[in-house]
Amino acid sequence: MRAKYLVGLLVILGALAYLIFGGLGQNLVYFLTPSEYLQDQARYQNRPVRLGGLVKEGTVRYDKDQLELRFILTDGVAEVPVVHKGTPPGMFKEGQGVVVEGRFQEGIFRGTNLLVKHSETYQAPKAGWTPEEVRKLIEEAK
Amino acid sequence: MLKAAQPDRPDALTWVFLGLGLLLLPVGLYLALSAPPDVNQGYLARIMYLHVPGAWLGYLAFFVTFLYSLLYLFRQNPRYDRVALASAEIGLVFMGLALVTGMLWARPTWGVYWTWEPRLTTTAILFAVYVGYFLLRGAIEDPELRAKAAAAVGILGFINVPISYMSVKWWRSLHQTQSIDLTTGKIHMDPAMLQALLFNLFVFTLLYLGFVRFRALLAALEARKEEA
Repeated sequence: MRAKYLVGLLVILGALAYLIFGGLGQNLVYFLTPSEYLQDQARYQNRPVRLGGLVKEGTVRYDKDQLELRFILTDGVAEVPVVHKGTPPGMFKEGQGVVVEGRFQEGIFRGTNLLVKHSETYQAPKAGWTPEEVRKLIEEAK
Repeated sequence: MLKAAQPDRPDALTWVFLGLGLLLLPVGLYLALSAPPDVNQGYLARIMYLHVPGAWLGYLAFFVTFLYSLLYLFRQNPRYDRVALASAEIGLVFMGLALVTGMLWARPTWGVYWTWEPRLTTTAILFAVYVGYFLLRGAIEDPELRAKAAAAVGILGFINVPISYMSVKWWRSLHQTQSIDLTTGKIHMDPAMLQALLFNLFVFTLLYLGFVRFRALLAALEARKEEA
């Protein structure tokens, strides 16, 4: 056995063990839905959780001066008000799937990280897209 | 072991794969750049034409490693070990490409470069296993033992490929499910985008075939030198 490779091998085995037993265990349930959270609140008390769901239509309020984003996250059953400090990511919009990392405080979910979940569908813009229309599309996506 | 004719330069088929692949690569690039933008992601969706072929080749290459590792264990022919090695090496490069392009794509769409969600985590594990494959190869000096140990990793490591592929269906993920879904046969993609993607998948596969044959030949030349 050559020593330097053995060290590398141990590092890799350690990393794998961490990924499988530490990382993956936590991440098999990557996010909770609002209704799952509300059913079992005691369990997630004071723990950072990820909530996943859709941004409810018509509930997005963004305060540009405070950089404060408020919206209601829903899974169709339960709804959770979310407050997130910071600018919304590019693809954030109403009806979009999102995952919010954060904690509950006094009935409001305070997000520290906001991730946008996009779908597996890829569609071209409706008929006859011109470069100008595409540019507008991209501007809007920002 | 004692093959009569050992070639010392690539054969015609290797050149055909490499030549055709390199020739068609600009065509694939042209198709990727002229495909329509996505209605939600705009031009960002074009990273797909690099990201998906990268991941596909990683999976394919690890599958070939798996096959040739099995063959080696049954036949003990060092040639099979060299093909397994060549394929794992190329697979690692393309899986790395898929990871890097995926991170560059994730930042503007999801909002982060990396998150420990199931698809990303299982792919990271897959990548780490094949890094381990090469460390193991480097650690063992006896060629026969080296080939056997490597074959074991090549076979066991492959189990991560279907897990990684299915992870977006089995667990809740941030990563979207397959746009070309092999389990249901459904395609969620504009025909123009699909054509560009399929063409790039084809070109990358040609390049893979060329690379793996070329790399296996290099490994054979190395082995011959080691013996001499």
